[in-house]
Parts: sequence; structure tokens; C-alpha cells
Amino acid sequence: MTGQLIRQEQVTPDTFLRGLWEENPVFVMMLGLCPVLAVTNSTINALAMGLATTFVLVSSGALISLLRNLIPKQVRIATYIVIIATFVTIVDYLIQAISLDLYNALGAFIQLIVVNCVILGRAEAYASKQKLPAAVVNALGMGAGFTLALLCLGTVRELLGAGSILGFHLFSANFEPWVVMVLPPGGFFVLGSWLLLFEYLKQRRARKAEAAAEVMAHGS
Amino acid sequence: MNRVQPTAPLPETPTFAMLRTLAGIAMLAGLLVVLVFQWTRPIIEENKRIAIEHAVSKVVPGAVTKRDFILGPDGLHAVDGGTAPPGERIYLAYDGSGRFIGVALEAAAAGYQDVIRILYGYDPVCQCVTGIKVLKMAETPGLGDKIAFDPAFLKNFAALDGTVDPQGGTLQNAIVTVKHGTKHQPWQIDAISGATISSNAIGRMINASAQRMFPLIIRYLDELKRGSVPADKPDGGGR
Repeated sequence: MTGQLIRQEQVTPDTFLRGLWEENPVFVMMLGLCPVLAVTNSTINALAMGLATTFVLVSSGALISLLRNLIPKQVRIATYIVIIATFVTIVDYLIQAISLDLYNALGAFIQLIVVNCVILGRAEAYASKQKLPAAVVNALGMGAGFTLALLCLGTVRELLGAGSILGFHLFSANFEPWVVMVLPPGGFFVLGSWLLLFEYLKQRRARKAEAAAEVMAHGS
Repeated sequence: MNRVQPTAPLPETPTFAMLRTLAGIAMLAGLLVVLVFQWTRPIIEENKRIAIEHAVSKVVPGAVTKRDFILGPDGLHAVDGGTAPPGERIYLAYDGSGRFIGVALEAAAAGYQDVIRILYGYDPVCQCVTGIKVLKMAETPGLGDKIAFDPAFLKNFAALDGTVDPQGGTLQNAIVTVKHGTKHQPWQIDAISGATISSNAIGRMINASAQRMFPLIIRYLDELKRGSVPADKPDGGGR
């Protein structure tokens, strides 16, 4: 009902891969940092939150894409929020059914997925303008990128803060856990370190591309 | 040079179209939520029952099965899902031969970050607490969260005195948390060094619950041992 001409994107590998690297929701777009910092004190929490967010991203993206021609622009935000809240409620029940311990560990952050800007951002910027396959593949890529970022933080924080990964202890009994890493400041330290690494890799890639372009220019 | 195209004005949307969309989405959302709720409810209830049963077996050593009741000032009531009678939910614990061996109760108090909820066991024969299990907490990892697993702290609850004063209907000695290394009495809890607020919360919640419930447990001990409510009250309860 928007009455606007919008370029429909073809589904390519890039539709999925963009979310992993080029437009990674955490390391590049810096979105949804609240759960990224709060629940990544262990790998299993990070994985569960990543999968829960991916489920909501894909489901809401699919439904919004299907209904995109029926949703008037004036009420679109209210509609998206209701759709996202529905799938968050569903994922809330599903996690309770899968594991109560996990549900208690994730606490209020499951319900707070409703206000995760990655999801509303994808709904507004992509799913509401694209056909179902593109919306689903893009949401899967974004979810995978978000989960990857959470796992990057969760594994490092659990390894340093508790000496284990997924609950399996990797060091001898002499290892003194670096408790600060599982506390809130540890989230900022590890996120900062990963951002530094991502920025370094990005700049290195840009330098290489520049050098290659220069060689081509001189060679021709 | 790029020329900026003027944006076309937003087409007028009839009010009915907006209402229809919002109502339709709300109905679809309600349908999905209710369907998933109905599907997962028995699984979630079963998970909760298993978690409580597991916790009861931890806090009442030797417990194999449990039954749920409400214990209030006017005695034992069945848990029948209807109007809740006055009182608190308790879990009667039985050993493998079906013999009543203790009671598990829930308690809660404000900790360092959020409310801490625990389940603790009570043996009416020795009139002592027999163990605790933290059900929910958000205490600081590495410090306050030690209340859940620190062996020295948990040892406090192996036989924590909760003797009821036969005259006054309260505890003979209030259960208190004392500074680390200064425990001298069986009703005292030795705090964890560096986690005083969390340790104090455990002492406070057990004392508050014990002052209310232990006198009732002793008063209605015969009913508890029978594991059934009198004939004028509805029967029921957990397993």
C-alpha cells in the first residue's frame, strides 16, 4: 500500500553473507549491544540468545515480507512491533519448554528481544520492501552474524572468566579464573578487543585492495 | 550533477484499511501465542515439577518422592488448583519406602542485585534445616553466587538449628548470619567472606520463613506424617 517503486533484490550468496561480515549487526552496525554485553558471560547463554534472536528475525521478517503490501505505511511500526512481540513470546515459551535453567540464566533478556534494534531495523529497512525468499535469507544471515558475534564474546569471556567452554574445564586446577571477564566490565573489554580486531582486518583488506588496484593501474 | 527528485506525497490511506490491518495482525498474534502457549504448557509444567522434585531431593537427604500441600494457621490443605487457602505451599518428602522424612519450603529475600529464591529442607525430628538449593538469583559471579555452590557455606545447612519454643510458638533462637569465622552456635550461619550481602539475605529469608512455618509444622506434625488432609478438607496434592 506504500505506492512506491522499490527495487526487488535477487537472492544471492551475498544476501546471506552480508550479515556475517560486511553488515555484521554487532561488529559493524553496533546494534543490539544490550544483550551482547549482558548475556555473553557463558558460551551456552550466548548461543541460546543468538538462536532465539535468529528465530525472531527470520519469523518476523517472513511475516512482514508476506504482508508488506497489506500494511499501510502509517501503522507499520505498530504492526511490526506486534509481530515481533508475538514471536518473542513464542520463543519465550519454547525456551521454558526446552530448559528452565537456560531460561533463568537468560532472565529478562529474552523478553527484551522485542526492543532489539537489529530486528526492527531489518523489518523496516529490508523485510518490508523485499519478497519472502530475500527477506528470509537476509534475516538468516543477520541472525547468523549476531549469533557469531555473541559466540565470539561468550567463548572468550567464559574461557578467561571461568576457565571453561560450554562448561568443560580446559585448564588445570591451578588456573585462577579472571572473574572480571564474566562481570559487566569484562563484556566491554572483550567487545572492545573484538572491535579492534575487526577494524584492523577491515583496514588490512582495504589496503590490500588499494595496493592491487595500484599494481593494475601501473601494469596497464 | 545529481538532481534530487521531490518525494511523492504519501497516498491517503482509508481509516478502515488501517483498522483492518491492525485488527487482523492482533488476531493472528493472539492465535499464534495461544496455540504455542497451549502446546508448551504441559511441557513447562512438567519441567517445573522435575526441577522442584530434584531440588527437594537435594534439600531433604534421602527424599525420593514428594507431595504438595498448603500449610496455614488452620492446618494442612490440598493443592487443588481452585481458590488458594491461607498458608504457604510446602513439599512433604518421602523416602523409597514411602516414609515421611521431612518438609521442603520456599523462601525469598532481596540479595545484592535481585531477589534470591531458595528451597530449603526441614527435619521435624531434629528440628533443624537439612539443606538449601538456590532456585533463582542474579548475584555477582565469583562473589555472591558462591551461596549456591560454596561447600563451606552449604555445610552451615547440614543441621542448622530451628528448634521451636514450645511455649511461645516461635523459634528458640533466631537464625542469623554471622561474620565469616565467628560462628559458635548451631543456629548461626557463617557468612562467605566478600559476599556478606548475599549471605545475610540467605539468613534473613530462612529466619523469616522459619519463624512463620516451623511452629505450624510442629503443631500439625501428625497431619504431615499421615500425608493427608482431614476428611472435611478436599484431598489432592502432587505425587
